[in-house]
Amino acid sequence: MFDGNTFQSPAKSEVISDSETYWNPGKTRFWTAAGIDLVIDRREGYYLWDMGGKRLIDLHLNGGTYNLGHRNPEVMAAVIDAMGRFDMGNHHFPSMTRAALSRALIETAPNGLTRVAFGSGGGEAVDIALKSARHATQKRKIVSVVKAYHGHTGLALATGDDRFGKFFLSDRTDEFVQVPFNDLTAMETALAGGDVAAVILETIPATYGFPLPQPGYIEGVKRLCERVDALYIADEVQTGLMRTGALWAIEKHDVRPDILVTGKGLSGGMYPIAAALLSDRAGAWLDEDGFAHMSTFGGAELGCIAALKTLEITTRPEVGLMVHYVSDFFATGLAEIHADCPDWFVGIRQNGLIFGLEFNHPEGAKYVMRSLYEHGVWAIFSTLDPAVLQFKPGILLSPELCDEILGRVGIAVRACRDEAARPGRRVS
Amino acid sequence: MTPERAGLVLEQARWAARAFETYDAASVSRIVEATAEAADLAATKYAEWAVRETGMGVVADKVAKNKACSSGLVDEYRNRDFVSPRLDPDRRVIELPRPAGVVLGVVPTTNPVASIYFKVLLCLMTRNAIVIAPHPRAKDCSVDAARLLAAAAEAAGAPRGVIQVLEEPSIPIMEALMSDPRTDVILATGGSAVVRAAYSSGNPALSVGPGNVPTFIDASADLPAAVREILASKAFDNSVLCTNESVLVVERSVGPAVRRELQRAGAAILDGEDGVRLRRAMFDGGNLNPEVIGRDATWIAQLAGVSVPRSTRVLVVPFAHVVDEELMTHEKLSPVLGLVEVDSVAAAFEACRAVVSIGGAGHSASIHTEDPRMVMDFAARVPVLRLTVNVGNSAGSSGLTTGLAPSMTLGTGFMGGSSLGANLQPSHLVNWTACAYATASVNDLEAYRGLNPWRLTTGGPVPPWPVASNLHEPELIQSGAHAGVSAALIEQIRRLVVEELEGLVGGAGSG
Ligand SMILES: Cc1ncc(COP(=O)(O)O)c(C=O)c1O
Repeated sequence: MFDGNTFQSPAKSEVISDSETYWNPGKTRFWTAAGIDLVIDRREGYYLWDMGGKRLIDLHLNGGTYNLGHRNPEVMAAVIDAMGRFDMGNHHFPSMTRAALSRALIETAPNGLTRVAFGSGGGEAVDIALKSARHATQKRKIVSVVKAYHGHTGLALATGDDRFGKFFLSDRTDEFVQVPFNDLTAMETALAGGDVAAVILETIPATYGFPLPQPGYIEGVKRLCERVDALYIADEVQTGLMRTGALWAIEKHDVRPDILVTGKGLSGGMYPIAAALLSDRAGAWLDEDGFAHMSTFGGAELGCIAALKTLEITTRPEVGLMVHYVSDFFATGLAEIHADCPDWFVGIRQNGLIFGLEFNHPEGAKYVMRSLYEHGVWAIFSTLDPAVLQFKPGILLSPELCDEILGRVGIAVRACRDEAARPGRRVS
Repeated sequence: MTPERAGLVLEQARWAARAFETYDAASVSRIVEATAEAADLAATKYAEWAVRETGMGVVADKVAKNKACSSGLVDEYRNRDFVSPRLDPDRRVIELPRPAGVVLGVVPTTNPVASIYFKVLLCLMTRNAIVIAPHPRAKDCSVDAARLLAAAAEAAGAPRGVIQVLEEPSIPIMEALMSDPRTDVILATGGSAVVRAAYSSGNPALSVGPGNVPTFIDASADLPAAVREILASKAFDNSVLCTNESVLVVERSVGPAVRRELQRAGAAILDGEDGVRLRRAMFDGGNLNPEVIGRDATWIAQLAGVSVPRSTRVLVVPFAHVVDEELMTHEKLSPVLGLVEVDSVAAAFEACRAVVSIGGAGHSASIHTEDPRMVMDFAARVPVLRLTVNVGNSAGSSGLTTGLAPSMTLGTGFMGGSSLGANLQPSHLVNWTACAYATASVNDLEAYRGLNPWRLTTGGPVPPWPVASNLHEPELIQSGAHAGVSAALIEQIRRLVVEELEGLVGGAGSG
């Protein structure tokens, strides 16, 4: 057993068996069956090491949690330093760190966002967003898109795919309506009744494999919202924090969201924190009853410190420029691999450093994931569209590591093409 | 600024260097010309600014140096190509230039802007990215000048990030950057501490030591001309160039004549008590008082409490022996010149050798003579790598008035603890990949003529602002395999298949 007081590691097989026994047998077995025998041990920069010693380059980054790399030295130093003075803090009181982070978030946010409400994770921040919209409009209905993923807390779960909502008897089809992505007509129909509090959209739906919004779609949705007095909530949990070359992907659209939700990478992967950025209208409840949403860990002060440093790093001009270079590099390099096996690697969805790689097999990305794993790269398939691999390079990658990634990806993609073509094969 | 943040500057420079190394000769020359022109146009502004900020030097002379290090430098190398492959049919060798990559340019306080112009243009000519570490005392003009050059280079098509400057230079940051593996080569000019730090960093360095220049007027020389050259050289930018004359050595027989010429040409000779006062003001416990560097002669005289005519350009301090404990034998970086009279040519050579040994090994010396054998003997005896003849050494050894490569960084070679012996020039910042056939083979390399591996790959200063791939031209690869079939139909089929499969297989969690 892992003894929390020492850093002596148990055997990997023991960790796996304890995980299966005491933690999550389903997940543990899933990975074993998929041929991914990974127990992440040491981590640094864009590298992970399995307990067995194998090194992996991380292109999963937990959906952008590790945008700045694992254990980014500057974020670490900020948190370690802060621990000499702060802990999570008392969530009821004004605090130096929360005030500073709120201000930093608003100062870098799209126009019109004026207040910040903190949660401990993306799901909670989405719940805050939905509650804020309901309070502001005094309406209940929420519209999301099919295959959306906004987290697994109460309201967030209800906006997402049936698979998870139904399972826990938590789907609420009367109040939570889903329409196909990129279908403005369906959106218009869903909003027609005038009873919708908010539309929530991932700016690019991550767990669905990053299908790109068609030009004008996001703007169209926002216009429809305005027509029926529904709020527009931009879920930037995966797309934000410079991944598209803009701090928030929504900035690339001609749209002012009423609410913007961020989490994951916000605190550099060092301490959990998430936030909903609210417009005057969406945040009006903070004036009326500041205790209306409570969360002991929401806005924890160490998380604020980590987030302040992360935001400062992310908004440096050098970083924006590097994202340009890295996304250009992968656009060119992946196009070459694609050109080499166009009937297997059939498409590239890209916006900056957000990539969905499409494969010509309904579960193609699972093959590619395992092949990449064998070739020293960790990237994950899209849960809600396993034909598509989520490919998420870090925003601080060096040219040398980019070369190495591309080389490994080229080998791995070609290597699993024949395997996937064999009839009757399933990866897991 | 933290060392980590400075590391990001290097990281960005690596990306820029990688883009830049694919540029062809025409693009490079366009960038070099445009940057040099911008630098030349700002020569006066920065000359004034540098003097204002550092209190060192003379505006008109700094203008001249800035021009020499911008348009002058480009004129010098206009017909040199550090980009295209070169063929040597006789040796059956084809060579391709390979830039160093990321150059860390450490810039001194004495010649801040000219050094920045110089290092930046050398890097641009050779397709290197440069990160400039300015001296804290010259920070403002340095940062501004570097930004101006960066903007000009980028406007002419250079990759963004090719020229960067550390806005808050500090010792820990310099040390971190020097030893950072992302630095490919260090160009350090400055005090010997900086130079040693560069060499012990673990990274390749072209780092040069200080000078302490002896100048010898031989009895055969045209005395008035020699003295004129020396005084003009001392007055030039108030002696802040490391090539300025430090000690004048003459044979005793011509001593009185030389003194007369010196006084006639605007020098004040400080014998006795005046000399003692000057030494006390200029050196504190043996160290040069930085306050006097690059100041006017009259300002320094006043500081020392010595009265001299208002027209005085140079202070001359006679002394007897060239020994380490005589302060006037050390580098002065100000319009103050030591004067020593000796009994013979042999003793003169010995005195010059001693001056160089005290603090300028491998750097430069100057001689005024009409006798070629004297030049040869001097050059063979005194451990310097450049000896200028009958010309002021400030501009002479810097290559501004001689056939030497015009340079703000003069290699002091093995004698001076440096890997660089010549005047730093563009060729020092490229290596060449040599492709070699057997010498016995029959190949005139004609097939290589006109071949060029370099092409601009990024198509502009930076890769364009990333846009979603479905905003590119419609034929783009997105969903290429499905071309011709309705995307909606494909999507529907896929969804059905996936849903069916989900019943059979598990699925991972989110994100
Ligand atoms: C777009 C999006 N929103 C919200 C969430 C929920 O975040 P959390 O897991 O921190 O609750 C996720 C998590 O994957 C996500 O991808």
